[in-house]
Amino acid sequence: MSGSLSRRKLIAAGLTGAAGLTAAARIAGRYGLIPPDWGGVWGPGETLTYASQRILTSGHSMAREFTRGAISKIAQVSGDPPRHGLYASLLATGFTEWRLSVEGLVARPASLSLADLKRLPPRTQITEQTCEEGWSFIAEWTGVPLSHVMNLAGVQPQARYAVFFPFDESWDSLDMPDAWHPQTLIAYGMNGKDLSADHGAPARLKVPRQLGYKSIKFLSRILFTDTLKNIGSGLGSASPDLGYSWYAGI
Amino acid sequence: MADSVYIPGLAAGRTGFAPAPRHSALVRATHWVNALSFLGLLVSGIGILLAHPRFYWGETGGIGTPSLFDLPLPFLLGGPSGWGRYLHFESAWVCVLNGLLYVSSGFASRHFRHDLVPPAKGPQDDSAYTLVQRLAYLAVVFVLFPLLVWTGLAMSPAITSVFPALVTTLGGHQCARTIHFFAAITSVGFVLVHIAMVWRAGFRRRVRAMITGRLAV
Repeated sequence: MSGSLSRRKLIAAGLTGAAGLTAAARIAGRYGLIPPDWGGVWGPGETLTYASQRILTSGHSMAREFTRGAISKIAQVSGDPPRHGLYASLLATGFTEWRLSVEGLVARPASLSLADLKRLPPRTQITEQTCEEGWSFIAEWTGVPLSHVMNLAGVQPQARYAVFFPFDESWDSLDMPDAWHPQTLIAYGMNGKDLSADHGAPARLKVPRQLGYKSIKFLSRILFTDTLKNIGSGLGSASPDLGYSWYAGI
Repeated sequence: MADSVYIPGLAAGRTGFAPAPRHSALVRATHWVNALSFLGLLVSGIGILLAHPRFYWGETGGIGTPSLFDLPLPFLLGGPSGWGRYLHFESAWVCVLNGLLYVSSGFASRHFRHDLVPPAKGPQDDSAYTLVQRLAYLAVVFVLFPLLVWTGLAMSPAITSVFPALVTTLGGHQCARTIHFFAAITSVGFVLVHIAMVWRAGFRRRVRAMITGRLAV
């Protein structure tokens, strides 16, 4: 047994491992397999989860859909609508003055009223909202597929994320696979009625392949960008600041 | 604690143990990595549970709907379920990758067949596992552990979009969550009995055997 030989082997193995990791990280970055909150002590687990689920769902898998009979009688609410400011006055006037702004890396920036959204071809889906806390409910959601708005606005090829700003603090973002996904809706209706303020009026995001906290409420603005570094803490959403992961496919 | 320091070269020369170690190096390494990831999963699992210590059966359930049972614990939102999730999934990755290494090497080295599958006949030497031990270890590795992974994955809306049968065969999302909870309780029960048995058999000696591989006196 030679100490110097095993040490040399160890160093060689270490260098090979480091080079392999660097190459893997570069390839993973190119194929969009690195989440914005990849750093820190939880980074390895988050990156493994995000990368493996992005590969698994790359065949455009669809979240489970249910029959009308499965719709929950009670839909638990998480978080109250903003009580003051612009949101309160928009709510008081039935959102007639509300506009959804679509901007950033788009050929045709847009400002859409609720009536504009309702004129676009709708999609209705009965899906389950699963909260990270553990509870869940099934509801019928009606809205415009985000992909339709993206085509209207002409999202540019260098865009990598859609960032959503609501009237509260819980801003969030989606990568392009989820932004283009047919079940990703700008939803304005729930169980055949207009969305209530509790559930995110006048329009909320619906991302049924992720946990409920990704489907943010009270939408105000959508920004298309090639980087998340300059927004908030640069971690892709408000969630990591509160201790929750950016990607919520779990 | 100088008396507990173990120096393989010196010790082997001094007392002359049997040549084959009680536990192979890979079993020892994966045992302790598994112990660490189990601790991470348990602590973070409790953190996540505290966000909603209430269980349901079927597809859906929440405040205002009938529960299967309520744990006498406070609803604790924020902190624990946030870092709890990060820790839970990081520990789960360590646990699963480590478990795959253990299982594949266990088949390759015939560890399962030799040490854990109950022998058909013939006398056993004193150091072999008893029938109850063998069945318990096999059940944990091949039933309980896969059930925990399965019910965990069944709660992921992204995973079930690809493999819906993972959750429909269990009876729905809330069934998956409830079964995951009972499987976790069972695994904690196993670990408690395991530690109690190690205690009875001589804690320091057995733990040293799982660290060094030798059942030294």
